[in-house]
Amino acid sequence: MIQKGNAWKYGSNIDTDLLAPISALTAAKPEEQYVQCLQDVDPNFAKSCQVGDVFVAEDNLGIGSSREWAPQYLRSCGIRVILAKSFARIFYRNCFNLAVPALVCTETHKISMGDELEVDMEKGEVRNLTKGETYACDTVPAHLMEMVNDGGLMDHLKKRFKKAS
Amino acid sequence: MGQTISEKILARASGQETVKPGDIVTCQVDLAMVHDSSGPRTSGKKLDELGVPVWDMSKLVVISDHYVNLDDAAAKNVQDICDTWCETHKVQNFIRNQGICHIVLPQEGHVKPGMFCVGADSHSTTAGAFGAFMVGVGATEITGVMATGEIWARVPENVRMEVTGNLKPGVAGKDVILKICGDHGIMGFGYQVVEFCGEGVTNMSAQDRMTLTNMAAEIGAKTGIIAPDAKTVELLAAWGVTGIDPAEWQSDADAVYAKHIKIDGDALAPQVAAPSSPENADDVGNYKNVKLNQAYLGACTGAKLEDLRMAAQVMKGKKVASGTRFLVAPSTVKMRELAAAEGTLGILEEAGATILPSGCGGCIGLGDARLAEDAVGISSTNRNFVGRAGPASSKLYLASPFTVAASAVAGEIADPRDMI
Repeated sequence: MIQKGNAWKYGSNIDTDLLAPISALTAAKPEEQYVQCLQDVDPNFAKSCQVGDVFVAEDNLGIGSSREWAPQYLRSCGIRVILAKSFARIFYRNCFNLAVPALVCTETHKISMGDELEVDMEKGEVRNLTKGETYACDTVPAHLMEMVNDGGLMDHLKKRFKKAS
Repeated sequence: MGQTISEKILARASGQETVKPGDIVTCQVDLAMVHDSSGPRTSGKKLDELGVPVWDMSKLVVISDHYVNLDDAAAKNVQDICDTWCETHKVQNFIRNQGICHIVLPQEGHVKPGMFCVGADSHSTTAGAFGAFMVGVGATEITGVMATGEIWARVPENVRMEVTGNLKPGVAGKDVILKICGDHGIMGFGYQVVEFCGEGVTNMSAQDRMTLTNMAAEIGAKTGIIAPDAKTVELLAAWGVTGIDPAEWQSDADAVYAKHIKIDGDALAPQVAAPSSPENADDVGNYKNVKLNQAYLGACTGAKLEDLRMAAQVMKGKKVASGTRFLVAPSTVKMRELAAAEGTLGILEEAGATILPSGCGGCIGLGDARLAEDAVGISSTNRNFVGRAGPASSKLYLASPFTVAASAVAGEIADPRDMI
């Protein structure tokens, strides 16, 4: 799987309260509140993110609450792959469950806001087309690839139960 | 080669003789917990979409605690969804508005040493204080558990976190975990399981130990765990769980640990974490003239009966400073009743505390303890991220119940050791 898009680049310690603020979760229809994603960090993000864009952070992405709205809002904004130097584990699993691969890349500090990226998940390679650089990243672990290809855990489960019936 | 408690539990749950760090295993789940936000409203809806029943209703516990006691239409709607879903699905273990899930779950007798549990909330790690292995997951992941009764796990490395010596009066489990967070950072033990042990932990009350495992979430750990002992057995018995043999779930003497870290319990000073991360922890003495609009005892972290007793020990015969609001939301209804019956709550009220209903409330920026614009607060909760407990302009310091109480009395951050 290769994903091409522009980078939305942030630093370390982007927590799930920032990605999915409580004011969004207490709204009548929280699924529509993704416009509040990162409002305290970059109000432009939710407004301008395009489908297929790449979310890039440095250390400790997704720390804090287990709220799945965090990766779900990123997905609703258009994000299809996430790169960071390190991830909090619940957030990491939530990303894969929603079919948004979260890949460890130790060189995300070299990526700037708006860089055009091509992420090759099979090869484990991030090509920065703007800067003409290539960085190594994780490949999707084998036991998760099938789930991602199915479209996430829900579709994966649907397939499993369909087979069983 | 010996095994740690965690490895023994993961081996049992995955049907293997032994497991080793890095193994990917599929575990059979002994208990799954969801709350009103991660449950009926989200994972419950997803389960219905799959069109399959809960794999084993006796192993599911639903606890409403997040959007409770709020005068807000959307919050009431979440409660209605929760009530209706539990009724139509005939949920046997639905604990409605009795307090915060991580405390209610063991208090109502659902946790035993050796269990493999998952909870759809990050502080599910709390149950580790009873020698259970419990991890937090998200809503879709718990949907999978509810449908199949199983979950994949990567066997984590173990970290031996030894607290040597004895905590001094006015110093508590919260100070230990804030110190660890300060020293090692909010992702200090990413994907690892932290096993708390040593004389300092043995001498801690069984409830105070829950604060260590609760905030395993704030040191990046997959979970935290503590070997059960006589105190564990005693507390579980008080909560209706009997027939526990703590010897069954102990780490072997030759178990392998990735790291062995020692904390000097004798020398530990009360810790305060500055805005806006628990890792900004430092000795209380390094905070001078930090005036406070609000002090809050609450959450799954810092309002258990033992926590309320710590605050009462500081506050007895004293008054909350004028200009500081002191709010107390006991972790569970039962603990509030026990605190009232023994006089602990009376001491806090006499000092000027306002008692709020039990629920996640102020910790997640909901209800009467939500911080106001530009407000400065101190609380016994677990996170002080920007925008979590109030608007982005508010500032929150984290501390133990002792320190929160002392600070409420002083009107500014204060050392509780000077007041007890």
